[in-house]
Amino acid sequence: MAKHPQYKEWEEKTLGKALQKMPERKAEFKTVGGLQLPRLALPKEIDAEYIQKLGFPGEYPFTRGVQPSMYRSRLWTMRQYAGFSTAAETNKRYRYLLEQGQTGLSVAFDLPTQIGYDSDHQMSRGEVGKVGVAIDSLADMEVLFDQIPLGEVSTSMTINSPAAVLLAMYVALGEKQGVDREKMRGTLQNDVLKEYVARGTFIYPPRPSLRIITDIFEWCGQNTPSFNTISISGYHIREAGSTAVQEVAFTLANGISYVQAALEAGLDVDVFGKRLSFFFGATTDIMEEVAKFRAARRMWASIMRDRFQAQNPRSWMLRFHTQTAGHTLTAQQIDNNVVRVTLQALSAVLGGTQSLHTNSKDEALTLPTEESVRTALRTQQVIAHESGVPDSIDPLGGSYLLEELTDRIESEAWELMQKIEDMGGVIPAIEQGFIQRHIDDAAYTYQQEVENKERIMVGVNEFKSQEEVKVPLLRIDPEVERAQVAQVQKVRSERDEQEVERSLAALREAAQGEDNLMPPILEAVKQYATIGEICDVMREVFGIHEE
Amino acid sequence: MDIEAVISGIGERNSRAIARAISLVEEGNPGAERVLSSLDPPSVEKAMVAGITGAPGAGKSTLTDKLISHCRGLGKRVGVIGVDPSSPLTGGAIHGDRVRMMQHALDEEVVIRSMATRGRLGGLCASAGAAARIMAASGCDPVIIETVGVGQSEMDIIRIADVTALVSAPGLGDDIQALKAGLLEVADLMVVNKADKPGADMLSMELKEAVGDREGRVLETVASKGEGIAELFRAITDVFGKNVNSGERDRRRCEARRAEVVDWSLEMLRPHLQRMAQGEEVLSGDPRNRARAIVQSLLPPEDR
Amino acid sequence: MAEEKRIRRVLIGKPGLDGHDRGAKVIARALRDSGFEVIYTGIRRTPEQIAAAAVQEDVDAVGLSLLSGAHMELFPEVVEHLKQRGAGDIPVIGGGIIPEEDVRALKEKGIRKVFTPGTSIQEIADAFRELEPEGA
Ligand SMILES: Nc1nc2c(ncn2[C@@H]2O[C@H](COP(=O)(O)OP(=O)(O)O)[C@@H](O)[C@H]2O)c(=O)[nH]1
Ligand SMILES: [Mg+2]
Repeated sequence: MAKHPQYKEWEEKTLGKALQKMPERKAEFKTVGGLQLPRLALPKEIDAEYIQKLGFPGEYPFTRGVQPSMYRSRLWTMRQYAGFSTAAETNKRYRYLLEQGQTGLSVAFDLPTQIGYDSDHQMSRGEVGKVGVAIDSLADMEVLFDQIPLGEVSTSMTINSPAAVLLAMYVALGEKQGVDREKMRGTLQNDVLKEYVARGTFIYPPRPSLRIITDIFEWCGQNTPSFNTISISGYHIREAGSTAVQEVAFTLANGISYVQAALEAGLDVDVFGKRLSFFFGATTDIMEEVAKFRAARRMWASIMRDRFQAQNPRSWMLRFHTQTAGHTLTAQQIDNNVVRVTLQALSAVLGGTQSLHTNSKDEALTLPTEESVRTALRTQQVIAHESGVPDSIDPLGGSYLLEELTDRIESEAWELMQKIEDMGGVIPAIEQGFIQRHIDDAAYTYQQEVENKERIMVGVNEFKSQEEVKVPLLRIDPEVERAQVAQVQKVRSERDEQEVERSLAALREAAQGEDNLMPPILEAVKQYATIGEICDVMREVFGIHEE
Repeated sequence: MDIEAVISGIGERNSRAIARAISLVEEGNPGAERVLSSLDPPSVEKAMVAGITGAPGAGKSTLTDKLISHCRGLGKRVGVIGVDPSSPLTGGAIHGDRVRMMQHALDEEVVIRSMATRGRLGGLCASAGAAARIMAASGCDPVIIETVGVGQSEMDIIRIADVTALVSAPGLGDDIQALKAGLLEVADLMVVNKADKPGADMLSMELKEAVGDREGRVLETVASKGEGIAELFRAITDVFGKNVNSGERDRRRCEARRAEVVDWSLEMLRPHLQRMAQGEEVLSGDPRNRARAIVQSLLPPEDR
Repeated sequence: MAEEKRIRRVLIGKPGLDGHDRGAKVIARALRDSGFEVIYTGIRRTPEQIAAAAVQEDVDAVGLSLLSGAHMELFPEVVEHLKQRGAGDIPVIGGGIIPEEDVRALKEKGIRKVFTPGTSIQEIADAFRELEPEGA
């Protein structure tokens, strides 16, 4: 078969360049039976429709993947995240992981931190240290990263509304360690829009929240260019009950809002555009999931290139992290969850994810045991090294079913996004409850299907066994909260109160005006102002969001 | 909680007693009558009942929340009744208005109660009227009734209000059309909420045109930011004051009470009628004629 | 009177800071579809706010949902605040990721029923229907 000219061009230019930078893992990839696997299987005829809809990996519209050689050069990043209750305990775990050769850290914060309350705030009662680590001030950050060189690790922080404060603490700590800002690497979740519809850790109304986010984009562009400034998350939307189509539509619509806000703030789409990343869920419905990932890539490429006129192909790429869907795990017959996670992880890999967290079988119920965490990681390793799936690019591409599903998800998602556009964008759609209603309806329908067995959940409504469902014991010692409350009060009593007042006044002034908020926040955290105090200043100026 | 405790609790502003009293009325409990006849007439007389109606999402609850804050600032005790439709299929209902008013949850001087239409035609009007009087007797003034402005039963609820504000907002679709269908005549005030959004001015203009804006019946608010709330409350109390002086308030209340009497009577007759219909051989004879016979049998001879 | 036909009123609340309201909302709708009047108070409420709302709404029961693990602190506080408001008879049901040991402790503190993940909605609706006020 004669090579299609465009294929030849891809092979020579796009692929060639990529392979020089990052050669493939093996000289040749073979099936267990010894058959040679093609790098990229193609239709007999490459026609205009193929070029337009699928193209080649690493090229617009990226349907088949964002890298030219995908997993043949480098496997996805296996990133497992975990949360502990105290900064000291978490620090111990981090240092252990770093000694084991891991280079990426991932921080889960407790809910008061995520909502900008100090540990001794009355709303924090009972929640301190429960779903992650409590950070009240720079002092806690110093403990969390004690003896960890911030210039050498990359840190991912699941933090949204107060992302600017945590980023400032991280940078302040880096400066104390003498690390160049340019060398600091990490990812902020920083996706507040989805909090209003799915996860609930909002503080301020949407508009000022968008301003804080664009301030972070701008400041990071100039100071910490290696930070991924946002992880636009469909995962939580899906977990809240949405369908796959809704997950794509609402996530990309949120992405559009961030890009628009940044453009309105005068930022360059090709500077912040390539620091945008995404985060999706993967359920057990393999074919729909693979189609979803491919459709999302194709859509985002067109949004960035055609709508926002980004020039750099890197700005067109939808790079994403995947987590297997927590809501699909069952308390009944808990071992079945390992199988579910395997299928879900497989769908993420078949869909071309850049990194993956596989849930442990007991993750929906408790902090997973070491053994179940290991099995979750092994699941990824089996897929990576035994399944053969990563050895040929977009291995399901061209399947009649997959391509049809990809097209369907794309067109239905566009339709939903158009409705949001017609309302004036995501913020009015949130205000009118449009997005929430769609998610709630889908969640309710799903549950009803389970209840009346239209949807079979193995071990739950069919194939049940006699065993009693038991939630394993997980008790965070209430002492953790008492100690943390004492710690924040000690910090407040030992710092220079006048300097704190002065820095908070400067922040208030910036918030009332248009200056970037990062410098005054940075100054305030250096004076050991607490997260609650800093967020309170902004609450005063920006107001608060009520559900 | 026994009836005596409920009765004395209302005057003492006891939340539980007020809540129980409203339930007794809603459930058709015989004790309700003693409770209702114990209500302090001057308090009931004095209290202003304000109706807030409009399409879903127009901002009624947000507006109500801000009106509560405003009234609390004036030292007033406030009652709020949030009305939602019952599902005709199951009889159930979801009340979400409270979500926007939770900041007042711990304020003992704010009484909030959700009520469902419970599938009765005029019946809810009666229950909501009684609930408003119970709140008034406990010192609430104003009492605000929030209800979705669609359908006949909601129009009825609005009739028990002394003053009615119809809330609309830009971006909700073809509301002006819907507004014209009857509500414009009922409403004393037209509120264009979400004045921060494009299209608000246009909507105001259209409304002014439609009602021939006499004496500023059309107002703009941004409920989410608390803008225009003081003005709205003043406009409501102005209408109320004027109507008190002109006797219009009493005329309206008479009319509403008369309607309420009819509603209650029908409600009270219903179980009897049901029992009488039980005995009927319904397949023989036309139902309408059978009804006539039943009613005739209930009426005094001179009215038959 | 038609006592068994009486419409039941329940309040569904989420105390604490956890914003995962999928379960609470699904339950609220399911209860509505089973003929209940459901008052939903939204996320991020204090136990005291929930108790105060329950009293004003004169509900027959309160349902609490919480996934963050703060149930041992927050659920009993709702019961306490109901008592303080003279409404200790209103039964409280809790749901969430709640270990066996905690279920027992919560029941001792006055939580009438505790549901863990995987309970069918039907079962939960039935529980609300069958609940009698404390001491009845
Ligand atoms: N932009 C804007 N949004 C508002 C305003 N008032 C209310 N909203 C939003 O509109 C939505 C619906 O409000 P709600 O009070 O629940 O409306 P209701 O259904 O009429 O009671 C909520 O998201 C409010 O935050 C306003 O003045 N401006
Ligand atoms: Mg409302």
